[in-house]
Amino acid sequence: MTKHRYLPMTDKDQNEMLDAIGVSSIDELFSDIPQSVRFQGEYKIKPAKSEPALLKELTKLAGKNADAKRYASFLGAGVYDHYQPIIVDHVISRSEFYTAYTPYQPEISQGELQAIFEFQTMICELTGMDVANSSMYDGGTALAEAAMLSSGHTRRKKILISNTVHPESRDVVASYAKGQRVEVVEIPHRDGVTDLDALKELISDDIAGVIIQYPNFFGRIEPLKEIEKIVHEQKSMFIVSSNPLALGALTPPGKLGADIVTGDAQPFGIPAAFGGPHCGYFAVTNKLMRKVPGRLVGQTVDEDGKRGFVLTLQAREQHIRRDKATSNICSNQALNALAASVAMTALGKKGVKEMAIQNIQKAHYAKTALQAKGMEVVFEGPSFNEFVIKLPRSYREINDQLFAQDMIGGYHLGLTYPELQDHMLVAVTELRTKEEIDAFVQELGDSHE
Amino acid sequence: MNNQDQPLVFEMSTEGRIGYSLPEMDVEAISLEELLPTDYIRIEEAELPEVSELDIMRHYTALSNRNHGVDSGFYPLGSCTMKYNPKINENVARIAGFAHIHPLQDASTVQGALELMYDLQEHLVEITGMDQVTLQPAAGAHGEWTGLMMIRAYHEANGDTKRTKVIVPDSAHGTNPASATVAGFETITVKSDEFGLVDLEDLKRVVGDDTAALMLTNPNTLGLFEENILEMAKVVHDAGGKLYYDGANLNAVLSKARPGDMGFDVVHLNLHKTFTGPHGGGGPGSGPVGVKQDLIPYLPKPVLVKKDGQYMFENDVPQSIGRVKPFYGNFGINVRAYTYIRSMGPDGLKAVTENAVLNANYMMRRLAEYYDLPYDKHCKHEFVLSGRRQKKLGVRTLDIAKRLLDFGYHPPTIYFPLNVEECIMIEPTETESKETLDSFIEAMIQIAKEAEENPEIVQEAPHTTVIKRLDETLAARKPILRYQS
Repeated sequence: MTKHRYLPMTDKDQNEMLDAIGVSSIDELFSDIPQSVRFQGEYKIKPAKSEPALLKELTKLAGKNADAKRYASFLGAGVYDHYQPIIVDHVISRSEFYTAYTPYQPEISQGELQAIFEFQTMICELTGMDVANSSMYDGGTALAEAAMLSSGHTRRKKILISNTVHPESRDVVASYAKGQRVEVVEIPHRDGVTDLDALKELISDDIAGVIIQYPNFFGRIEPLKEIEKIVHEQKSMFIVSSNPLALGALTPPGKLGADIVTGDAQPFGIPAAFGGPHCGYFAVTNKLMRKVPGRLVGQTVDEDGKRGFVLTLQAREQHIRRDKATSNICSNQALNALAASVAMTALGKKGVKEMAIQNIQKAHYAKTALQAKGMEVVFEGPSFNEFVIKLPRSYREINDQLFAQDMIGGYHLGLTYPELQDHMLVAVTELRTKEEIDAFVQELGDSHE
Repeated sequence: MNNQDQPLVFEMSTEGRIGYSLPEMDVEAISLEELLPTDYIRIEEAELPEVSELDIMRHYTALSNRNHGVDSGFYPLGSCTMKYNPKINENVARIAGFAHIHPLQDASTVQGALELMYDLQEHLVEITGMDQVTLQPAAGAHGEWTGLMMIRAYHEANGDTKRTKVIVPDSAHGTNPASATVAGFETITVKSDEFGLVDLEDLKRVVGDDTAALMLTNPNTLGLFEENILEMAKVVHDAGGKLYYDGANLNAVLSKARPGDMGFDVVHLNLHKTFTGPHGGGGPGSGPVGVKQDLIPYLPKPVLVKKDGQYMFENDVPQSIGRVKPFYGNFGINVRAYTYIRSMGPDGLKAVTENAVLNANYMMRRLAEYYDLPYDKHCKHEFVLSGRRQKKLGVRTLDIAKRLLDFGYHPPTIYFPLNVEECIMIEPTETESKETLDSFIEAMIQIAKEAEENPEIVQEAPHTTVIKRLDETLAARKPILRYQS
């Protein structure tokens, strides 16, 4: 039999085991698979490689990608290049965490359970909500689950979503809505923020929930206060998708009347990793505690009265409710929730605020410098770490030009907003130095002249 | 394990301590008041902890010492495939060219990532016997929903709108019926027969012109191969339905039988199970979906294509069910799975299944004398025992599971599947040595003897863990879901 470092059985072991079972060959154990469906031979896939050879090959393959360690990135659009405290990777590399599964046996999973309980608390603190779950796949699917929750809770079959919500999240909401036969209607924007007049036109007492992103896809701060009044007047649910880092500096949605707040904790210690795995979060008011999808960790006591943590309110979940469940989520993003917890802990009360403010200030610096170079900023107004510029030449040309100078340009809005051809969504995080921003401004300014 | 209580990180907080090192602020620091409307400037700071770096490291090290992973010890949690998580996978996923690339970069700047995804898809096509694979779903349940949405789109495209029902066996994973509901279907249950397999007669009874699909795990959750699979496929296909394969148990049949050859139309895989994800304390997973030719038009978009030697995403997929996840799936987990497949090769994957099945049968036979074996035939990668003999002595399966903690093991899955009384579901996996299996067997035998001679020791277990049995009723009745100072 094949020898491999992950397979400990020797021929002697196997023979002893076959004897104990009472068969003469391993093949006999597969006799219940009818010949008509038996796969013959071996897969036609690449042959095994040794550890050093494979590492070499894959390192080379990775080298074909332009990564944010070598290029200064001005690309955000939902995934950001942020300071990742080095300690994060050290913690999540502890294999007691990453080689465990869902903490079904609390007596030997207190570490994971407590870490998630702390994660839930931190998300509540940032969002200003009462209850947060243990994580969702990502911000997009979390938002889709929020939309479905609002439909189930209000027994209404229509959702309004601002078209300043991330285009890919809107796509995911639409896919989930199709499953549940829920109608989704988009609210247009005016000058880069949700058009309140349009919202007033569209809202009615058959709307389950209204979805707003804060800060929105263009980086702008949406007027949640005004929106909340319009939404709640019709007893619709107010759903806010938020970059949790921004909430270090912005008034949390929980303080502005949100019923559900979702988003992605990727800005906290989670690498871009080509779009995943990231870490969705899901937070609600107390009233909705028993409607939350996914796992919840709760505090309790053991037989001696000692504090401990368990998975709780499981009657909501698929393994209990089966076809009566309102969400099918099972595996979540626990390890990334741990990463986010460590990053939030490292940043702490002061660091989260400071980092959020640095983003605002650096993005503002970049925006002002570009304007000084004669670039047109569209949707001008209060924003977080992103803003939109109208490019003087084609996006492709300018993006290539930036790339040649070791920069990754912003997102091409023309891809998802046809009216915004050759408009760039520029992200400036705390990691971009003045030198990098100046070089970016210089390059774009030159393209203008 | 450490027996000390570990305070919550919030309880360790001391005003004035920091644990971060933000970049120097090298541009003008304009005050927020000048940049944001007052209503939107946060006044009350989020109460996050204030701790130094060493405090943080000690805190999480203490927590990790209160947690059991595969690297800590044997973890025979049935249906979860808790195999060894190779370390090279972790290193590869952390290479900057994989970890620090942005999903919206121009395709020309991420050809290495796209090539890896494309090649992984090709490998999974061969392994499953399907015609095309998408890597977009984030986890198994997400893959189930994706697959069912495709089946729904297929029927709808054929004007076949009365197909509203999805059939699942009574032994199915809970996610199956839940996914069917979320995809807009009604669930119908098909019974298992006395041999633990789908009752073919009952299947014939429930199948009809309203059948959208039959969802099946093969081998099923009892660890038994559905021998009548081709006949079942025919019954469902003849009625116009589709066959869905839940890949949670694929570790049992690598190189032995492919879902595509068994008549399945849609397959999801759990890369964090069979292909060493890892499990991460509950995720992230990855749940690619494979389909046969006639379902290809409905795959989620964008679809990864190769044109003139260049890899790119195709968004123009008119019949697609749409996007199921932002970006392209849990890429980091897919990198790990790819690394694993390339570490094993075709002969290695074959040996994986052979050893997994050998280990399960060995344990089953050695334990059969001490516990009831509801289905006495060769199992595949896992098997179920029943604790009903012990229950008569006042020792429940839950007690047996808790007693195993005292021996340093993670217990098997218990009380699932639902059709076996006092169920104990054991999946050893192929990466465990015979010595480990023997030690676990000895522990199980000892517990069986204790149940007869000294049941209290089992009923009151665990005795050695950092914490005793927890009051779950209290947790649900008076939920405390966050720390409050």
